[in-house]
Amino acid sequence: MTSRTDSPTTTSEPPAPGGGVEVRLVDLRRSYGSVHALDGLSLDLEPGELVALLGPSGCGKTTALRALAGLEELDSGTVMVDGKDTTRVSAHRRNMGMVFQAYSLFPNMTARDNVGYGLRLRRTAAAARRRRADELLELVGLGTHATRYPHQLSGGQQQRVALARALAIAPQVLLLDEPLSALDAKVRAQLRDEIRRVQREVGTTTLFVTHDQEEALAMADRVGVMSAGQLQQIAPPAELYERPRTAFVAEFVGLTNRIPGTATDGRAQVLGTAVPLLEGSATSGSVTVLVRPESIEVAPDEQGNGRVIAPTYLGSLGRVQVRLHDDSVVLAQVASHQATELTPGTPVRVTVRPTPVLAIA
Amino acid sequence: MTDMLAPAPARTRPTGSATRRGAGRRLTAYLGVLPFLAFVTVFLLWPTYIVVTGAFQDDLGRFTLSNIQAVVSGPAYLDSFLVSIGLSLVTAVLGAVFGALLAWAVAEGRPDGLLRRCVVAASGVLAQFGGVMLAFAFLATFGFNGFVTLLLADTLGIDPLSGGGWIYGFAGLAVVYTYFQIPLMLIVFLPALEGLKPQWREASDSLGGSGWAYWRHVGGPILAPGFAGAALLLFANAFSAYATAAALISQGSPLVPLQIRSALTSEVVLGQANVGKALALGMVIVVAVVMTLYALLQRRTSKWLR
Repeated sequence: MTSRTDSPTTTSEPPAPGGGVEVRLVDLRRSYGSVHALDGLSLDLEPGELVALLGPSGCGKTTALRALAGLEELDSGTVMVDGKDTTRVSAHRRNMGMVFQAYSLFPNMTARDNVGYGLRLRRTAAAARRRRADELLELVGLGTHATRYPHQLSGGQQQRVALARALAIAPQVLLLDEPLSALDAKVRAQLRDEIRRVQREVGTTTLFVTHDQEEALAMADRVGVMSAGQLQQIAPPAELYERPRTAFVAEFVGLTNRIPGTATDGRAQVLGTAVPLLEGSATSGSVTVLVRPESIEVAPDEQGNGRVIAPTYLGSLGRVQVRLHDDSVVLAQVASHQATELTPGTPVRVTVRPTPVLAIA
Repeated sequence: MTDMLAPAPARTRPTGSATRRGAGRRLTAYLGVLPFLAFVTVFLLWPTYIVVTGAFQDDLGRFTLSNIQAVVSGPAYLDSFLVSIGLSLVTAVLGAVFGALLAWAVAEGRPDGLLRRCVVAASGVLAQFGGVMLAFAFLATFGFNGFVTLLLADTLGIDPLSGGGWIYGFAGLAVVYTYFQIPLMLIVFLPALEGLKPQWREASDSLGGSGWAYWRHVGGPILAPGFAGAALLLFANAFSAYATAAALISQGSPLVPLQIRSALTSEVVLGQANVGKALALGMVIVVAVVMTLYALLQRRTSKWLR
């Protein structure tokens, strides 16, 4: 910890940014009755790294973040921060900055006072506190809004102030609990980039919780996908998308087709094409192959194996739903001009590109 | 997408019939308020008008300041204002403190818990339990022949009223008034307490704040206007209460409402009706000041707790 809240002395300077520290969550368990919110979760964060925890509602991602913050008691497990066991350290002594999902600015304080709150508790002198708060408000693009109260700020601005407030104490770890979910799409995209820029600038180790895969993939150095209190896979965004280890990850991150096939010798035969199998796939017999829409090709063909059901024009690209002769439906990503040409009822041939895929028994 | 490129539809002026329809709907909506407006006019505005004008008239309806002069120079009248204000202050403070503690206990419990449901429902009833019923209940319990008084006398040989009939004076009124002030405080203050977001506490914790720091810098300042506003409401409630005091006190008129009763019904001194109206005007002014302060505080709190 960089400072104590009950220090009787006044310091002239705010705490200096400490850079990133290593964080280790080891075998965390937390149950509510029969529900296992955390079921043996282990996760390491490298110093300065931004890790996103991604998963559906109720998968335990927020519980994990709150456990790291000290706001949630654990049944068992260990939280290590910068090599020290902080499992039993109370929240107000952990020196972690947190940005909440719902707006959590103190309504009785101006933006500047909100940002300076943590420094005030650390007995930082008023002038230094004000200077630091103004610096951080500048950093998040709200230098001119220092004297405004939360109700005078938009949702996006409030979250920017919340970010500045969390950073003001030079936290060892920055925790972001779905900070963008209450914002509209445009503001969300702007703030997403801004949070990433600021995080890179200050270099604080950051855990970011979201159910929005686009946010997670765009912002994080690594993305961890959670389900039922367990970490299914953690990897850099591209690896997570292209080389999912479980069916849950493949289907939760991006769009996926389930197509029947046959596996032999590390390859699967799908729609007439032999495709290589990813590690963790079922290796023999009848399998279900998980194929991304962009790995499926569709071409008009009177003697083809399916008919177009519904084309969708999405601007820079298009998607086409095709009903195959065995009555299954596949989704293919196509060029936008193709989406307009493939009208419903058009006979087409559907094939699979030979990119690695996951096969499940 | 093609529809993204489509020009935005031009804003059109509403047609005459559309405007008429809109005005008709508004008028229909206002009709619903009419019974309330009629009630307020008959039972608030008109009596206030009579009080205000009557305070400046003599028996023949001519303008005079003698009624006001009688009130400000009459020691009994001034004393009654002091006692009324003192009693209202004491019961407002007691009711606010104990009511806030009760509200806090309820707010900390489960939202759908039995305690909460029982306390809130009971408070709704008890806050309206003032008047003759409450005075009778109090006398039946603590009066000279009250249940508790007799029980203490019979079992322990203690006479709680040996020092005089305290329950028929200021102390008794304070206790009885507090009985309905506490539940009223709970009803008024509970929404403010529940408006405190858990995230504020957690944000304070994560920034290094102890529980004391949170209440000192965040929770306390946010609740302070609501608490003060609710206490003002309690003050006004006690200040304007009549029936409880009238039923409990049969000798003398230590409170303003009882002085007004005296002025209107006295068989000893006649022609005091307009002095009663001057006293009522004084009450209107005190309550108006209090309610203005209450409204200002409420406006501030509602902005924060939105």
